[in-house]
Amino acid sequence: MPHFTKPAEGSWTEHFGLATEPVSYEDSISPEHYELERDAIFRRTWLNVGRVEQLPRKGSYFTRELDAARTSVIIVRDKEGRIRAFQNICRHRGNKLVWNDYPKEETSGTCRQFTCKYHGWRYGLEGDLTFVQQESEFFDLDKSEFGLVPVTVDEWAGFIFVNFDPEAQPLTSYMGRLGAGIESYPFDKMTQVHKYRAEIGSNWKLFIDAFMEFYHAPVLHAKQATEEESRKLQGYGYEALAYDVDGPHAVVSSWGGMSPPKDLAMVKPIERVLRSGLFGVWDAPDIGALPEGLNPAGHPAWGEDSFLFFPNFMVLIWKPNWYLTYHYWPTSYNTHIFEGTLYFVPPTTAYERLQQELAVVSFKEYGLQDGNTLEATQTMIESRAVTEFPLCDQEVMLRHLHKTCREYVADHQQATPGTPVRAAS
Amino acid sequence: MALLPADFADLEPFADWALPSERDRYGKRLATPMADLQAFYDAAFPRLQDGTDYLKSVRLEGISDEDRRLLWLFAALVTVSFPVEVWRQPRVPDSGAATLDVVVEPGP
Repeated sequence: MPHFTKPAEGSWTEHFGLATEPVSYEDSISPEHYELERDAIFRRTWLNVGRVEQLPRKGSYFTRELDAARTSVIIVRDKEGRIRAFQNICRHRGNKLVWNDYPKEETSGTCRQFTCKYHGWRYGLEGDLTFVQQESEFFDLDKSEFGLVPVTVDEWAGFIFVNFDPEAQPLTSYMGRLGAGIESYPFDKMTQVHKYRAEIGSNWKLFIDAFMEFYHAPVLHAKQATEEESRKLQGYGYEALAYDVDGPHAVVSSWGGMSPPKDLAMVKPIERVLRSGLFGVWDAPDIGALPEGLNPAGHPAWGEDSFLFFPNFMVLIWKPNWYLTYHYWPTSYNTHIFEGTLYFVPPTTAYERLQQELAVVSFKEYGLQDGNTLEATQTMIESRAVTEFPLCDQEVMLRHLHKTCREYVADHQQATPGTPVRAAS
Repeated sequence: MALLPADFADLEPFADWALPSERDRYGKRLATPMADLQAFYDAAFPRLQDGTDYLKSVRLEGISDEDRRLLWLFAALVTVSFPVEVWRQPRVPDSGAATLDVVVEPGP
């Protein structure tokens, strides 16, 4: 019997018009399908590449390696304070323009201009070509025609996005109803940043799957609660307070009894003393009223909302007033780079800093459990020993994600004559 | 010369845990036998309540070297609390070759 109300249709899955049959994971093990996703998804949707705080002043820049979109980009704050994005390529002979030591590693810094390491061509922060070494040796070179190639860039709630589709819809409309519902969250107050990175041996969608359902949590993470609490949690299982979908985007809303817990015996000794844990620091900072898009069920036991902004950007907003982002950057059909970034209101005392450290380290301990499980899943679904998998109603957002991906691929195939048609079904 | 504030002189033998980065604290945890992790925990955990009372009065702005090391030492206790309180081994069980490395972290 459900502890929380389900929609009138009897299940979330049917409520969102999704099929209830077992699903194929061919879309996560086929190299051909991944090649289609690169063009159909990663070159056609808004990709979050960072936050405005990473560009504090004129000339601040960072690069992003976007292997799935087949390129590298430079994001920079220009002389007017505007954020711009460029393809990271010199117009002379195609050398990567901005990099340090290792061409495939991302970099950041502050500069007045970009200078190519190869022949010294220089570009202003607005992308204009300002200097050509031995210019008189060239043939009728008009410098105004050889500026950096711009990439469409925009901001939403302080998050910087790029898009490689010349016909992309505006970012605000792309973020839709779910984006609008949390746009006023004070992300800009949470500038204390801890960022983690992992190379994961699985298809990018499998890690999103893992974070868009918590059906796994009472089992995979059982030991992270005290023994008695863990038994209780497994007995209850997991049910979301609510799910919601808007276009390609989705949200899972969860209860959160651990910040602070009803009974101190529920949590580990270190958590009792530091008043902190996976759900965050129990003593939440004052950040004013929360936006209406949070806690969609209006439930008093609300603890956390996980938003997936398609394709690969998740925002997790926690009741004790902090947030977390996840990014999944594919590097092949069965590998991706995962980034998990925690954002807090900056602590003023050493004690507050230590409380945040416990939340950060807890995230890491859970993340290590999740990451390794994925590789175990990838290798076995690649065996094709089993090809169809039943998903329960608490895994509804997995069906939605994979269906959305397949639809993007199908649309792209239809719109682009000559595209290979052999997509995974 | 004392590395930690005078009130925490009893933790001086464990001052080598006062490492500035989470990457280093985690690396030391993986490289340390369980018995030594337990010894550090058994010495430092009973001082954590005093430590939090003390660190509440320490502002991060202009923090002294001694206080900074005490903060790092207790941050290392946070890292070590998982093997001692949960895993009974230095590494997260079943985490195999998985890594999750810090690439940006605030100081101190």
